[in-house]
Amino acid sequence: MAEAFVEKPDLSPPIASVGVVEWLRANLFSTPFNALLTLVCLYLIYLSAPPAIEWLFVHADWRGETRDDCAGDGACWVFVKARFGQFMYGFYPEAQRWRVDAAFLIFIAGLAALMTPRVPGKRWVALFLLFVFPFVAYTLFYGGILGFEVVETALWGGLMLTLIIATIGIVASLPLGVVLALGRRSQMPIVRALCVAFIELWRGVPLITVLFMASVMLPLFLPEGVSFDKLLRAFIGVTLFQSAYMAEVIRGGLQAIPQGQYEAAKALGLNYWKLMALVVLPQALKLVIPGIVNTFIALFKDTTLVLIIGLFDLLGIVQAALTDPNWLGFAVEGYIFAGFGYWIFCFGMSRYSQYIERKLETGHARR
Amino acid sequence: MGIDSEHVIIQMVDVNKWFGQFHVLKDINLTVHKGERIVVCGPSGSGKSTMIRCINRLEEHQKGKIVVDGVELTDDLKQIDTIRREVGMVFQHFNLFPHLTVLENCTLALSWVRKQPRAEAHKIAMKYLERVKIPEQADKYPGQLSGGQQQRVAIARSLCMSPKVMLFDEPTSALDPEMIKEVLDVMVELAREGMTMLCVTHEMGFAKTVANRVIFMDEGQIVEENEPEEFFNNPRNERTQLFLSQVLHH
Repeated sequence: MAEAFVEKPDLSPPIASVGVVEWLRANLFSTPFNALLTLVCLYLIYLSAPPAIEWLFVHADWRGETRDDCAGDGACWVFVKARFGQFMYGFYPEAQRWRVDAAFLIFIAGLAALMTPRVPGKRWVALFLLFVFPFVAYTLFYGGILGFEVVETALWGGLMLTLIIATIGIVASLPLGVVLALGRRSQMPIVRALCVAFIELWRGVPLITVLFMASVMLPLFLPEGVSFDKLLRAFIGVTLFQSAYMAEVIRGGLQAIPQGQYEAAKALGLNYWKLMALVVLPQALKLVIPGIVNTFIALFKDTTLVLIIGLFDLLGIVQAALTDPNWLGFAVEGYIFAGFGYWIFCFGMSRYSQYIERKLETGHARR
Repeated sequence: MGIDSEHVIIQMVDVNKWFGQFHVLKDINLTVHKGERIVVCGPSGSGKSTMIRCINRLEEHQKGKIVVDGVELTDDLKQIDTIRREVGMVFQHFNLFPHLTVLENCTLALSWVRKQPRAEAHKIAMKYLERVKIPEQADKYPGQLSGGQQQRVAIARSLCMSPKVMLFDEPTSALDPEMIKEVLDVMVELAREGMTMLCVTHEMGFAKTVANRVIFMDEGQIVEENEPEEFFNNPRNERTQLFLSQVLHH
């Protein structure tokens, strides 16, 4: 005989064990092997961290002007301080450096407005950054109009150059990558073949070769008297190269969109471009944010290769400074500073992409 | 049924289709009049989904002629888009756009295809969301809804375009049993309002209540076609009898 059904009450869940000791036991010393690993890691940290901190901060020399001020046995940050202007601006004339600052301030203000959710009028800010700002920046950086003194691109350098190349590369390679990815999946055989050829060509060649070709070989093929700026050639090389990678990342996203999404959009009467722009690409790009940011970060760091063609980006200018007879022997400080400079920007991009991913999450079910 | 060109909305004449070597549709002839509610049934692989997907060109037919609301389906993309605007479709797996809210799912085509102003599109969308009884979910994302709710949103999304015909491709097959009714209720109501409907489904109860014609397909052909009462009580073809005996006794 079945027993009568009795409704069971909801009980509160068991109290989670909290507290430092409990946490240590659960996470660091749960098994003998785990405990051993923990101890080994702690020992390694003990071996490496204190000397590093001592060298970097405690015994480091911060004040002074020349190498004679670096008497201690720590890092000599005086070197970085003395060369800081050059590391930031390259050989850009000191009196004109405010122009670079102004351009970057405008850019950062615009970027901050775009990235902060609550700021209104994002569309206008975006349009300004994309279509007006390049002219503003060009005027400020290069000059030649509105009474600004001309500063040749050969004088640009340091972090400024790194940021300029990276920004242009990022902004140009994303849309180009989207177009190439769509082309590679196109029904039209010639469009598809062209896109495949383009992507495979650029992906198959090292960036160094591309830059070398652009700076050394290209002028040989151009008629006499025609020449374009070395920096412009680097822009084009970096952009085309990275757009090929971008295209493949985006293609991965496009392939992950189920056929049903295309069918539903078509059934509503959306044509190819509307279907792509409104339904497929928003989803595909969201899916591949990690891949896109990965490419951005790679691009940012690959800008160092322009030193091959005689442009002095952040790393290039640091290396140049190392050969200064007055400052021989401070290579470690120089490289640490350059590395830290790159890391700040790459880490920033990485964190922002994680934030965007969380923000765009709209529920689990994908149909 | 004589063909009255004023009231014919879909006409398929000797339609044939192959998937590679496989002959999926064989000489399909079908005429649908305005206001008709047709249920298409048949074993899986019989070509019933393919047939209705040919009507809005999600599948391309290779031989024969399909005319929808006076426009013939050819390779002309403009004509295809014209037809798709007039023909609504509801899918087995809903196919809502997961990156848009329920409301945005409904207004998307209104804004971009029908070029309705924002406020107007919003009004139309809310009207149909009310009709499928989920106006309160308008600002949620599809991923936050149950299957039945998602399918009702999908129906509302199609209705927003005020289609002349609605195609349903197994609209309840992917749903949990307790959600089938809420979707069928919406469809029954739609039928009562006089919507022209072509529905691929295994819900024989639905066929009995709303259909005025039931079509049985097998191996790419229309095997039998009749009014529901005759179809269920006196199936003439052997294969129809076998199919019905398998479907109805479960």
